[in-house]
Amino acid sequence: MGPRHLVVVGGGMVAQRLVEALRDRDAAGTWRVTVLAEEPRRPYDRVALTTYFSGRDPEDLALGDAALWSDPLVTLRRGEAVTAVDRVARTVTTATGRTERYDHLVLATGSSAWVPPIEGADLEGVFVYRTIDDVAALRGYVEQLATTRPVVRGAVVGGGLLGLEAAGALQALGARTTVLQVGTHLMSAQVDLGGGEALRRLINGLGVGVRVNAATTRIRAHRRGGVGRLDLADGGRVDADVVVVAAGVRPRDELARDAGLATGERGGVVVDDTCLTSDPDVSAVGEVACIQGACIGLVAPGYAMAEVTVDRLLGGAAVFPGADTATKLKLAGVDVASFGDAFGATPGALEVVWADPVGGVYKKLVLSDDARTLLGGVLVGDASAYASLRPMLGRELPGDPSAYLVPAGAGGAPDLELPDDAGVCSCNNVSAGAVRAAVTEHGCTDVAGVKACTRAGTSCGSCLPLVTKLTGTELAKLGVTVSKALCEHFELSRAQLYDAVRVAGLTTFTEVVARFGNGGRGCDICKPAVASILATTAPAHVLEGERAALQDTNDHVMANLQKDGSYSVVPRIPGGEVTPEGLIAIGAVAKDFGLYTKITGGQRIDLFGARIDQLPLIWQRLVDAGFESGHAYGKSLRTVKSCVGSTWCRYGVQDSVALAVLLELRYRGLRSPHKLKLGVSGCARECAEARGKDVGVIATDKGWNLYVGGNGGFTPRHARLLAEDLDTETLIRTIDRFLLYYVRTADRLQRTAPWVDDVEGGLDGLRAVVLDDSLGICADLDAQMERHVEEYEDEWRATLEDPEKLRRFASFVNAPDVPDPSLAYVQERGQVRPATADERAAGTTTDRGGPVLVATTLEVRR
Amino acid sequence: MSAWTPVCRLEDLAPERGVAALLHPVADEQEGGRPAEQVALFRLVDDRVLAVQQHDPFSDAFVMSRGIVGTRTVDGEVRTTVASPMYKQVFDLVTGRCLEAVGKHPVRDLPADLRTYPVRLRDGVVEVGAAPSALVGEPAGREVA
Repeated sequence: MGPRHLVVVGGGMVAQRLVEALRDRDAAGTWRVTVLAEEPRRPYDRVALTTYFSGRDPEDLALGDAALWSDPLVTLRRGEAVTAVDRVARTVTTATGRTERYDHLVLATGSSAWVPPIEGADLEGVFVYRTIDDVAALRGYVEQLATTRPVVRGAVVGGGLLGLEAAGALQALGARTTVLQVGTHLMSAQVDLGGGEALRRLINGLGVGVRVNAATTRIRAHRRGGVGRLDLADGGRVDADVVVVAAGVRPRDELARDAGLATGERGGVVVDDTCLTSDPDVSAVGEVACIQGACIGLVAPGYAMAEVTVDRLLGGAAVFPGADTATKLKLAGVDVASFGDAFGATPGALEVVWADPVGGVYKKLVLSDDARTLLGGVLVGDASAYASLRPMLGRELPGDPSAYLVPAGAGGAPDLELPDDAGVCSCNNVSAGAVRAAVTEHGCTDVAGVKACTRAGTSCGSCLPLVTKLTGTELAKLGVTVSKALCEHFELSRAQLYDAVRVAGLTTFTEVVARFGNGGRGCDICKPAVASILATTAPAHVLEGERAALQDTNDHVMANLQKDGSYSVVPRIPGGEVTPEGLIAIGAVAKDFGLYTKITGGQRIDLFGARIDQLPLIWQRLVDAGFESGHAYGKSLRTVKSCVGSTWCRYGVQDSVALAVLLELRYRGLRSPHKLKLGVSGCARECAEARGKDVGVIATDKGWNLYVGGNGGFTPRHARLLAEDLDTETLIRTIDRFLLYYVRTADRLQRTAPWVDDVEGGLDGLRAVVLDDSLGICADLDAQMERHVEEYEDEWRATLEDPEKLRRFASFVNAPDVPDPSLAYVQERGQVRPATADERAAGTTTDRGGPVLVATTLEVRR
Repeated sequence: MSAWTPVCRLEDLAPERGVAALLHPVADEQEGGRPAEQVALFRLVDDRVLAVQQHDPFSDAFVMSRGIVGTRTVDGEVRTTVASPMYKQVFDLVTGRCLEAVGKHPVRDLPADLRTYPVRLRDGVVEVGAAPSALVGEPAGREVA
């Protein structure tokens, strides 16, 4: 007897999963399967439809392994809409006239977008959002409109999950978009009113308008054709050139109705917990199935139904486990997740809510009446805890529930040791145990491998942070950790090494590498890192003994190496405040040594073109004039930039210059994992651009607001508010602690912005450490900063006083006074610059006619 | 003229911190003689002294002596290295071989590897061989006797 024939009506995600599961488990080949798909393509990832807008190829939405469709027991007929089912003859007929006889029939027809009966809903320019073709048509229409008018206005009818994704898509196409929600708030099926409010602010932040309590009564045509505007029930109107209707979906149960199968009150083919309809030869799965009294418009329960059906076809006893209705909005810049009993409908349920209206964050956990078992939750604005929390549904949360709501960094929620049977990826039904096994038993060594092995995270991707974390933890247990090791000489991360060195009280690199290293003599990665660590654990001059050999050339000669091998010199100008005498002194030095002079972004003066042997001469002049090292060369405090403040400015409310000078003199010379820049503004106008700094201080009427974690550069970040209205003493104490906590725990070359993200609990976690002393280390940090302030010495003055140190500035060990003959300069805009290779070549081949080469030694006074 | 140029005493060199030396005085070049030749000298913790060209082929600047000295394991073998202070290419100090180009190419299609120079110690004086080794990668006799 040949295999029995399974016919699947519908070619969506659940159908794909069903065929895949069947071919996976039916090794004996007892079933052959025919899939009749209405769309002219293979099953694709409808969940990721919105990403089709961000330039993805339709092929990128392909699901699973394409080889499935070339399996001899699998037939996929595309573009074959089924029109009738004859349950007596056990056949189905398609629109093209094909008839298939079945032994078992599965209805997986899904849903169709529901368009409310509004006048004008059939106008050109009104779209639904369901299939690749819908999305492609919408895109084409908007792109066409964009060629004829400066601004395309879009409206989305419906403020649910799909409506918001559609709005995001319209926005991405450049349309100015408004979402019209009938109910009181956005995503009302998943999120409560508080969450909906936070969500509205986030959506507004994307530039998308939102109107709630806005029932569309009519869509009117534009006089030039196509849609023109929408009329609302409250008399309002919204102009729109394109409309997307995302008002919900309806199960496509017409085949079942015609065939006399039982259907639900609100539609859908009624099935039992084994997914069988009222006909034992017919199953229904996915969105068309009315299971446990309702149709579910989510893919994860559909997959579960597919698995149950396959199990039953193969003689198993599986039953539908109940729907996991957890959802996560996939819209760039807007984080929303809802899971379990999001509305606290369980009798006695308790709600723990944390809201930050300014930041647009709203989080709620629903707990059992003893406040221990997690029943559900809503996360808006920061859903980083979703991946960790969702698998804990129905389980007891360890510790204080509110700990899961405080803002988390990139690492996500507090560490949860998930049980092996906890689900991690609900799209593909992958448990924590399966992810762990991928590492421990199947030899996966990275997240990509685990994804390929388990399929976790390959559909909607919302569980990827958790998969990454689990993978990292398992790899760490195996000793093949996703390495945070400093380099081949140290297994420890910089933060771990800092603690180790501090606790062990080591003072030299030789001791450190012998005690904590892997052998070898270090390298250009770990040596400067250890030098930086020792600078704050065992302060000493940069050129003291063995320390000198650890420094990068910049720290070694206390100047900044430039492209031709010369250096630049930056004297400290605290707060950017300089006397005319000071300016004249700097100018005289620049003139006498022929240095190119430029004002820096940090309100100081940079002098370029100094040879290594000139540095002590230059600095003798600068020190005599009252200047000291500006540490422009160090991974250390650079500048404290300030505006002129209340002493002169008509608008200033505090003396920003005085504070900047105070801060710069306090933190000068502080070695850190990366450079540190500070800024102080005397009023909210923020002329010092303090929020672009690692530490930014902005004056208020009552004191100072303190911002941390800003920077310019490749990844610009605005500093975030750490504390408000501080008096000067508290401000300084808080900055002391912030800086030293950073110095102690950041990675090598990690600036404060990513470090704050990495601190456990993020900005709130940081606040707890430096303001509330949650780690009990503040006294220690305060003492360490006191010591830094007391022991600070100008390293250039100290160098000039020590002939041993000065010997390092010889140009050549056997000719200390001979300048490097390779340096050559030309004049440009009244100053020198390094000669190019061509200019150099020309200068040596011709005496005249070539560029004028300027030797910087000519005017040196010795 | 001797094939060896005395440049300094061993104690003039700090361990693991390079210095630059001139093989022929600049005056020679100015008088039409041999061009000045810059070498980078490194004293290791075991008092070996190694020499390579001072010119960094990746930045075209004479800076190799200002790089950080260290070690790197290559094929299970620990090599003594220097990293260019400019763009951080790593070179084997013994063979001159470029171990890591950091995705860059030398200027003017120069060889990525550094020329190495023989070094010897006579009565506490460090002497550098006048002729660069013909073949890069041949660590001929540069260990201090």
